[in-house]
Amino acid sequence: MSSPDPTGTGSAVGSTGPGHRRLTRRQRARLTRGVVYAATLLLVAWLVVSVDWGRLQEAFFQPDVFAEQFPEIVTRAARNTLIFTALSFSIALVAGLVLALLRLSSITPYRWFAIVYIELFRGMPALITVIAVGFAIPIALDARVPGIYGAGSLALGIVYSAYMAETIRAGIEAVPRGQVEAARSLGMSHTWAMTSIVIPQAFRIVIPPLTNELVALIKDTSLLFVLGTTIETIEITKFARDAVSKTFNITPLVAAAAVYLAITVPLTRLVGLLEARARKAR
Amino acid sequence: MTGPVTPQSPGAGVPAIEIDELHKHFGALEVLKGIDFVVDPREVVCVIGPSGSGKSTLLRCVNKLEEPTSGRILIEGDDITDPDCDVDAVRRRIGMVFQSFNLFPHLDVMGNLTIAQRRVLRRSKADAIATATAMLERVGLVDKAREFPARLSGGQQQRVAIARALCMSPDMMLFDEVTSALDPELVGEVLAVMRSLAEEGMTMMVVTHEMGFARRVADRVVFMDDGVVVEEGPPAEVLGDPRHERTRRFLSQVAERDLGDPPP
Ligand SMILES: Nc1ncnc2c1ncn2[C@@H]1O[C@H](COP(=O)(O)OP(=O)(O)OP(=O)(O)O)[C@@H](O)[C@H]1O
Ligand SMILES: [Mg+2]
Repeated sequence: MSSPDPTGTGSAVGSTGPGHRRLTRRQRARLTRGVVYAATLLLVAWLVVSVDWGRLQEAFFQPDVFAEQFPEIVTRAARNTLIFTALSFSIALVAGLVLALLRLSSITPYRWFAIVYIELFRGMPALITVIAVGFAIPIALDARVPGIYGAGSLALGIVYSAYMAETIRAGIEAVPRGQVEAARSLGMSHTWAMTSIVIPQAFRIVIPPLTNELVALIKDTSLLFVLGTTIETIEITKFARDAVSKTFNITPLVAAAAVYLAITVPLTRLVGLLEARARKAR
Repeated sequence: MTGPVTPQSPGAGVPAIEIDELHKHFGALEVLKGIDFVVDPREVVCVIGPSGSGKSTLLRCVNKLEEPTSGRILIEGDDITDPDCDVDAVRRRIGMVFQSFNLFPHLDVMGNLTIAQRRVLRRSKADAIATATAMLERVGLVDKAREFPARLSGGQQQRVAIARALCMSPDMMLFDEVTSALDPELVGEVLAVMRSLAEEGMTMMVVTHEMGFARRVADRVVFMDDGVVVEEGPPAEVLGDPRHERTRRFLSQVAERDLGDPPP
């Protein structure tokens, strides 16, 4: 990438010799862009020509196999993915808020507990936590997490509460000190100041990062297959993998990708919008 | 309910604020080095002094936004430095206005004025709105009730902040350089509101660099420097004929800065 011309005269380095054409800055930029476009076009053309489209389509996109996945991949699998997501997100949000408050508490053991919890579940692969919650809790406590969605949602809720705790803590810390002081000077207790002044403002700040975490969570529901899946709880990825082994073809995974994208892209676009709006409001 | 700006008269002769041998350290730094003084009910005391002399710290100790290191502070006879004291209850009797306004940005003006009335005083919604409307009238901003703070000018925001404090029917008000963050042309509207409060008999402790306001409105001026009260007395004495060299030096510096201001 060419650096901006600090002199603003548009003279290109080395272009002052008698034989050289002097390029203005705009001309130079246009030339660079032209070269990039041409190179990209060549690359695409090479791909189009050299890729064996027939075989590729055979393996990855057989229209009839693709069509076969619908509507069940939506009505059953995507529905389950969204149920797992909603349940885990709710658990993670509440637990994350509590952890963030513990993390900011003036009481040292609370703080330590929050730090250990957050470091533990952020540092471990989610898959291991899911297995631990799914198998260790029933053995250790001799109790099952109730509901067909319970164990999976709890496991992901635990993992994501650790991430969200850090996000929410950052949001709370971003609320200016003067807000608490103003609330306290009006006679509000610490609890009232937090719940009606600080936390509402913190949540505004953290809506974009929390939405990003929601998107990650949607994708991580695909880890829940390790807990064993029934026809009632099958989610998108497991559904597609089952179909792959039935059809000996990758096409179901392409369908799964399309369904994920249909859910996540609107969300990430929304984050972009929210961030732009937050920038403007500042 | 008493009128919001009529001080409930405490036991006769009990000072509104009594400060006794107050010391405040920030780590190794001693910011307040033994402050003694008294604010009587209905009195307006202006605290002046150079930057860093401890004026804000003193004011913030009075409603315990800062924890005093040692000494006693009595609010209408209640010792707020006593660990058993219900500080939230005492703070309800003290309104405070900050240099940086500190309005709640997620609430509109009416929300700013009613939230503490509802949560702390447990007033009904109708009562809270009625009080808020009356206070907005006092500061001349009834038509802004549904605006959000970000859409108001600095002067308007500060008047809303004063109205918000008044909604709690405080017995006294603390002001910490409330006009310092304002554009010069907006200072007057805020000082006018403070002056009318003073004339109605509100007990006020005002940290300010507005010497004109101190001269005309204060019953007493306190000059602080380096964590101690250097001198105090009626404005005519402290501002017009200071006894201490430090006071004189400070006033001459301020006077030079104020040369551009219109005469009172
Ligand atoms: N939270 C704090 N931690 C450490 N030092 C502090 C803190 N608050 C104030 N100080 C220090 O205490 C001293 C007095 O501060 P204070 O704000 O009370 O002065 P001030 O008289 O209000 O000054 P100004 O006119 O600039 O507002 C300063 O040296 C300041 O740096
Ligand atoms: Mg100050």
